[in-house]
Amino acid sequence: MPFTAKSGKFNAKINAVTIGTGDKAITIGGENVLPFYTFDEAIENAPKVGIEITDGGMEAEPECIQKCYEGCTSVVDMAKKAVTFDGVDFLSIRLEGGDPNGKNKSTEELIQLVNDVAAAVDVPLFVCGCKNVEKDAELLDKAAAALAGKNAVILAAKEENYKTIGASAGLAYKQVVGAESAVDINLAKQLNVLLTQLGVSGQSVVMNVGTASAGYGFEYVVSTMDRVKAAALSQSDATLQMPIVTPVASEVWNVKEAAASEADMPEWGNQEERGVDMEIETAAAVLAAGSNAVILRHPESVKTISTLVKELV
Amino acid sequence: MALKGLDIFKLSPKKNCKECGSPTCMAFSMKVAQGAVSVDACPYFSEDAKAQLNEATAPPMKTVKVGAGENEMSLGGETVLFRHEKTFVSKTRYAVSLCSCMDDAEIDAKLAAIPKVDYERIGERMFVEMIYVNYDAASGKDKYLELVKKAAALGRVLILGCDDADVAKEAVELVKDTKPVLNGANASNYEAMNAVATGAGVVLGVQGKDINELYDTVAALEKLGNKNLLIDAGSNSIKDAFATAVQFRKAAIKDGDRTCGYPSIVRACCLAKGNAHLQAALASLFTMKYGSIVVLEQLGYAEALPLYGLRQNLFTDPQKPMKVEPGIYPLNGADENSICVTTVDFALTYFVVSGELERSGVPLNLIINDAGGLSVLTSWAAGKFSAGTIAKFFAEQDIEGKIKSRKLVIPGKVAVLKGELEAKLPGWEIIIAPNEAVQLVKFMKDLTA
Repeated sequence: MPFTAKSGKFNAKINAVTIGTGDKAITIGGENVLPFYTFDEAIENAPKVGIEITDGGMEAEPECIQKCYEGCTSVVDMAKKAVTFDGVDFLSIRLEGGDPNGKNKSTEELIQLVNDVAAAVDVPLFVCGCKNVEKDAELLDKAAAALAGKNAVILAAKEENYKTIGASAGLAYKQVVGAESAVDINLAKQLNVLLTQLGVSGQSVVMNVGTASAGYGFEYVVSTMDRVKAAALSQSDATLQMPIVTPVASEVWNVKEAAASEADMPEWGNQEERGVDMEIETAAAVLAAGSNAVILRHPESVKTISTLVKELV
Repeated sequence: MALKGLDIFKLSPKKNCKECGSPTCMAFSMKVAQGAVSVDACPYFSEDAKAQLNEATAPPMKTVKVGAGENEMSLGGETVLFRHEKTFVSKTRYAVSLCSCMDDAEIDAKLAAIPKVDYERIGERMFVEMIYVNYDAASGKDKYLELVKKAAALGRVLILGCDDADVAKEAVELVKDTKPVLNGANASNYEAMNAVATGAGVVLGVQGKDINELYDTVAALEKLGNKNLLIDAGSNSIKDAFATAVQFRKAAIKDGDRTCGYPSIVRACCLAKGNAHLQAALASLFTMKYGSIVVLEQLGYAEALPLYGLRQNLFTDPQKPMKVEPGIYPLNGADENSICVTTVDFALTYFVVSGELERSGVPLNLIINDAGGLSVLTSWAAGKFSAGTIAKFFAEQDIEGKIKSRKLVIPGKVAVLKGELEAKLPGWEIIIAPNEAVQLVKFMKDLTA
């Protein structure tokens, strides 16, 4: 008697959201099954993998990543190089230098950079803010305007600044709005509701439900994603059917396991390997929990995760 | 699957003898159904009926035990698909693989590498718990038996990967007291393999060329009376192995299919085909989705640090916070004259705060209070992190005797404690840190500039 599995496909599905324009445009979401459960039903749009660079350019990268960009002298050079790496579906530029508590770069300077990067590459673009809610409101509003017609993802509108960013990115310039909340299904739902009440179409919202590095309270991330997917699929909750985008890169390269030098921790061995494995293992875990796209930093991580996704879908 | 009182009543002797302490057999059956009394309290319940009952009330997934003595560990026994429903009970175990096809130098190098990863993280010892010893027919039996002996010397639980029942019998015989796993039963050899495994009392791993053959072989072994089994997710492809691991778990838990209710073993080393980074990704994937044992080509610190952290996170009780040991943690080469920083013993707080403090590069003594494993604001609200408890902790730990600095940084979220702390800890300068851990790097640098 052969094995007979009951199908686990649902009547509801995750929204399919297209990002970018032309031949290189990508679509995430659209599935009516749990992550990688292709035995229940085919998954049309495999999860996508992006590579991240920052306005800080080469200096802001760990040494092991700098060497992958050898010969690049500007952020634009890095962007051009980044999109040539194996497995890259989209490019993410993080404007962390805008942080008033950090380098406090001016909005004009950063928007000029966004324009230059956008002109240099043809893959879909994600623009990430500096995490300061007031500065992001200004910065991401201008970024949405600068990228008009590119169908980019603006990461992220939070509860404190969703009105400005939602109105600008979602309503005025028709970009995809990233909605960021802190590892809690109710906060994620609330922000989606607020954005749709503002008039932003739920079909052009992607969620960042928060993330952590493996080992650092990652159980909250897993349970939040598990529950979001359960609500979206089994309870047909339209306010949680947005695809999930997870910026893994900005978390993993700061934790001790990736950041400690070999001189400090000789028994741990090669620092680059530690960083890459931390990024890969965290990314594989968030994909298994339900992310529809991950943003990574090391070209080797991008390649590996892209291979994993191709094997699974 | 829960059995109703009436179903149990049908199996009962219906004598109403009251010897079990209940007035009637019906009443007794209702109590058994609720789990209030054991069916053994009735002297007349037939053995057949008991067996039927145990079968029906058994958990959906078997718990199998492998290893002996202090190495004994449980696999399986899971009752849910997602950790927010209920705690996952048996954490994923990791094995490093050896093969008799390897030459001596390679084997020695791998054996020497296995004990290197051994460290503690939040009270849990992290190390390679198992060794997978694969049989290569071309290299012969003797070489395999030698390898089994060599691997056994490391004192880890062995998994003998061998589908030749005669060789397997000799190999198991060598190490049967350590309760290894024998992996290699399949559609063509299961009867002989079953005899080896049951003869030595070890767990038997079952393989199949596809999910149907696997299922049928498990069913055939069950018919022979063996329920001490492991499901091998196979080595055809990553996609198939994932499908097998997930579908068996789902069928066992959701659909109550007992034939699927066994722990699993995933040979990521075969699936990754020599790609070490892909193997790391697979280790993480199968820790998330239903691997009870994951076998790897190698497991150094680079792979282990995120993997063991992930496992520790996933297999925690969602209702119990993870705690670190209270005490003094000198960071960045601190000595008794370095500034003190204090916070609570909630593991997440500790990791985030200590990580940022380490990044600041400022030598300091991190003093972790006993706050019941709660976060800063929760423990403050619960009265477990107050000026009184901090002062008491300082006295108990003799902080003033151990540290000469009299500067203490407290979390920004409990700035309200400053006045009271100054009163309770005379001579100390109380400094308020920012609200968020990410701001600590700049704060500590400015503070000591």
